[in-house]
Amino acid sequence: MRQHQPTHQPTADDIAGLIARHAGTEGPLLPILHDIQDAFDHVPQMALPLIAEALNLTVAEVHGVMSFYHDFRKAPAGRLVVKICRAEACQSMGANALSEAVLGKLGLDWGGTTRDGGVTVEPVYCLGLCACAPAAMVGEKLIGRASADRLEAAMEGAA
Amino acid sequence: MKDFIIPWDEKDMGTPAKSGKPVSLSIDGIAVSVPAGTSVMRAAAEAGITVPKLCATDSVEAFGSCRLCVVEIEGRRGTPASCTTPVHDGMVVHTQSSKVKKIRKGVMELYVSDHPLDCLTCAANGDCELQDMAGMVGLRDVRYTPGENHYDPSGTGARSQAEARLRMPEGEANPRYIAKDTSNPYFTYDPAKCIVCSRCVRACEEVQGTFALTIEGRGFESRVSAGGPQDDFLTSDCVSCGACVQACPTATLQEKSVAELGTPDRSVVTTCAYCGVGCSFKAELNGDELVRMVPWKHGKANRGHSCVKGRFAYGYASHPDRIMKPMIRDSIDEPWRQVEWAEALAFAATRLKGIREQYGRRSMGVITSSRCTNEETYLVQKLTRAVFLNNNTDTCARVCHSPTGYGLGQTFGTSAGTQDFDSVEKVDVALVIGANPTDGHPVFASRLKKRLRQGAKLIVIDPRRIDMVKSAHIEAAHHLPLTPGTNVAVVTALGHVIVTEGLYDEAFIRERCDWDEFQAFAEFVSDKRHAPESTALLTGVNAQELRAAARLFAKGGNGAIYYGLGVTEHSQGSTTVMALANLAMMTGNIGRDGVGVNPLRGQNNVQGSCDMGSFPHELPGYRHVKGPEVRKIFEDAWGVSIDPEPGLRIPNMLDAAVEGTFKALYCQGEDILQSDPDTHHVAAGLKAMECVIVHDLFLNETANYAHVFLPGSSFLEKNGTFTNAERRINKVRKVMAPKNGYEDWEVTQMLANAMGAGWAYTHPEQIMAEIAATTPSFAGVTYDRLDELGSIQWPCNEEHPEGTPLMHVDGFVRGKGRFIVTEYVATDEKTGPRFPLLLTTGRILSQYNVGAQTRRTENSVWHDQDELELHPHDAENRGLKDGDWVRLASRTGETTLRAKVTDRVSPGVVYTTFHHPDTQANVVTTDFSDWATNCPEYKVTAVQVTPSNGPTDWQEDYNAQAAQARRILSAAE
Repeated sequence: MRQHQPTHQPTADDIAGLIARHAGTEGPLLPILHDIQDAFDHVPQMALPLIAEALNLTVAEVHGVMSFYHDFRKAPAGRLVVKICRAEACQSMGANALSEAVLGKLGLDWGGTTRDGGVTVEPVYCLGLCACAPAAMVGEKLIGRASADRLEAAMEGAA
Repeated sequence: MKDFIIPWDEKDMGTPAKSGKPVSLSIDGIAVSVPAGTSVMRAAAEAGITVPKLCATDSVEAFGSCRLCVVEIEGRRGTPASCTTPVHDGMVVHTQSSKVKKIRKGVMELYVSDHPLDCLTCAANGDCELQDMAGMVGLRDVRYTPGENHYDPSGTGARSQAEARLRMPEGEANPRYIAKDTSNPYFTYDPAKCIVCSRCVRACEEVQGTFALTIEGRGFESRVSAGGPQDDFLTSDCVSCGACVQACPTATLQEKSVAELGTPDRSVVTTCAYCGVGCSFKAELNGDELVRMVPWKHGKANRGHSCVKGRFAYGYASHPDRIMKPMIRDSIDEPWRQVEWAEALAFAATRLKGIREQYGRRSMGVITSSRCTNEETYLVQKLTRAVFLNNNTDTCARVCHSPTGYGLGQTFGTSAGTQDFDSVEKVDVALVIGANPTDGHPVFASRLKKRLRQGAKLIVIDPRRIDMVKSAHIEAAHHLPLTPGTNVAVVTALGHVIVTEGLYDEAFIRERCDWDEFQAFAEFVSDKRHAPESTALLTGVNAQELRAAARLFAKGGNGAIYYGLGVTEHSQGSTTVMALANLAMMTGNIGRDGVGVNPLRGQNNVQGSCDMGSFPHELPGYRHVKGPEVRKIFEDAWGVSIDPEPGLRIPNMLDAAVEGTFKALYCQGEDILQSDPDTHHVAAGLKAMECVIVHDLFLNETANYAHVFLPGSSFLEKNGTFTNAERRINKVRKVMAPKNGYEDWEVTQMLANAMGAGWAYTHPEQIMAEIAATTPSFAGVTYDRLDELGSIQWPCNEEHPEGTPLMHVDGFVRGKGRFIVTEYVATDEKTGPRFPLLLTTGRILSQYNVGAQTRRTENSVWHDQDELELHPHDAENRGLKDGDWVRLASRTGETTLRAKVTDRVSPGVVYTTFHHPDTQANVVTTDFSDWATNCPEYKVTAVQVTPSNGPTDWQEDYNAQAAQARRILSAAE
């Protein structure tokens, strides 16, 4: 499960407070994006001009950095995020079949969220578990030698 | 005739020039020596060898992303990118080994695998580096299709895009396709053609300094993005300078004009006719059809950069409003009659002669234009001096930079700025006062911002929080938001801090200035009443902040002062210029690179029009008309006797007209009704005249009161020279034949000859020869020399045969620098209960001056009306919201416009621009003016702002009169 459940839609004051924590530090953009995402499970678009103003950057620059990292979301994900590794080692050990099975069962495409907002499935490129490929991550929990059944069990456990 | 020349090599050297010690190396067996720090790619280019490249171009630093420029270097492993590898002594480089050739072909194949091959129907056909490089590396096949791509799935408009479609899986939409962004009026962004080389992003950052572009996403999804995820080019921070379009190697960023008209096949180097930066451009054409204007990289003022006006806003030259035939009328109530040139000139000459007979030779005069060439200006003042036989000549510089001429003349001995623009690259502390460079002088602003990003400090003295105060990656160390009208008090207070805290440069002052005068000045300025604490209440500037700014300027290294009309257009304009000169002298900031006093001139040829004797008391070269030895030079050259009495200034001409003693005016390329203060008074003066001759591109506002209209030629249609803010004389080259039939200097000559002058110039070159022969600071200037050197900064004479980039290097022109006491005297224009707010006026990036040109281009997309900026506090007090119609009233008049509520201005201060004639901001401004030069006080007017329903009676009457006065009968009627 996620560690921080957002309690409300972020306001400009919330964002300003998170930015203020990093005032005067070196290279504060990524830490600020992380803090906002941690607090609200996504980085709302309205935060971009606020960050740009505070760091004397342009919105384009903040957008460029944020969009480079797939982990920063524009909108909140489902309550549970499942990440399946699609890097070379896992693909060679059946990750494609695994993801087809999981996505098919949930009726989702990559990055999609189930209608009830329960589960989001995302690709990830290497979890550092190549020795136990295929690998996946359910919430914060890493799973090696993943199979559709094991993932389903883990998802039920987390729900 | 030398209309068509490009003497310099246009080759892209790949990476910027460096300036280290020489390093010798061998490239493909050719020995070459280049400065340390130079890239292998540039060294190869110097040796005449082109290394294939895509992501490198010499306007931005090397990036090393395309991997096409790989080379082999003996003794090194691998295949380094030549753009990011600096040269070393003794290096042996091979650019054409079988290994690198194979790599390049592979890289190219990958690029082309995601690039639509609609080359024959592509707007960049013939002007595409991807195409060139594919040819250069010998690409003969692409093995990677079908596959994922970014193509337009419809294949619309291009046969080979249909072929592209065939290579995609059947029947599927392309989820990666992003439609073309056509929001900018001048260029398009087509993501399907993007190779993600980042050249546009880097140009926006490094060259322009706006940071409006980024690469969004990663990997195969990476695309260029303007602004944030919701933005397009128009809504983003993009200022449409064109640097990205210039940098783009493909058709991804492409001028719409090229897409419409085709690739240009010839080009003429010329000079922009907008602001005083004086950028060099290549006018690119097919036949006599202008396809695009491209900044010329060898231009010494702009170094290859441009702004939205010079780069794109040239459409006015072919606008349907332009008048091509001369017109006359007996009185201004009548409609215009189109006539042939001979009839118009005879009509004008008869009237002028009649007026001379009836009212005497001093009853007529001329106004020269800072928009016209030196040669044209010279002829217009010659017309009044040698043909009308008086000195009634004035120029629009009267209303902008006349205090600069006076102030710098008094203190340094030369009526001009001291530096070249390259000097900004050595500045440590820049003091910007009364100027808004990002809007008024955008190319200079980009150069200054680049220096600031390298670590130079900035002090801004301006009532408004202009963009230079804080914008992406730059921030002023100190912003002193003074109350309009208190420049002298603030600059004198800076002097107070520097003198009383002992921060002045005694060695410099003793050597270069008059020490006794300095002591008298020091005693004056040390008085407690000039302390920032004493003046804070008056100026509104925080004393501690002012002290910190003074210390920074005095001790921060090379200190350079850049100023604009916010300094000159005041009742104490000349005093502020002298106070700034004092500041530069006391801190030793004169006579070398990176320092100086730099007026940012408003118009392309303000400097030149002043140099050419446009003022009523001065013959060309700033020599007083009272001097018999000066008059003799011109009397000998012209064969006439010159009136020893100075003539009338513009305001005096209008006063005299109202009084009935001034009857005729020849006004070239200036719209005094819109640009001069107190519109009512200007209108009354013009109305009282019996012969007003307007020589212009358009029926401007002044022409509503004219009897003769002579059509003008645009800067694209004439030969001549402009002199920019750095005293740089740049060639203006005829790009096409004048659409109206004659260049402006020819029209003036025809008018003079209709009066019996007998002038016989056949080319402006002959006029320049006459200027050089009569004016010492131009003695060495010839058209041949200008072609050879590209441009020349005056003085150019035997002592300085190649011109003078820096003034006062070994000593001031006047001998010893002169400190002048600068006592603050408040303007008579004061706020009170009826008019509690202070109005100050300024400019905006997309529009230029009275807007006669830019309003007739797509630039109005960005700014289609003048707005009144006011502080939220003042807005709330008056119950005003953003976008409301407001009535702006002063003691002289009133107008209406829309409100823009913003904290850029301080409470008590309101701000607007005067680009649009339906607003007529100058109805409101007063006729107070500079004590020394009569430069109008545009920057301070006491006003009241109240809610309004729409245009004032004045605006409606004015529009009715204008409509009436603009009627034209066609020749047949």
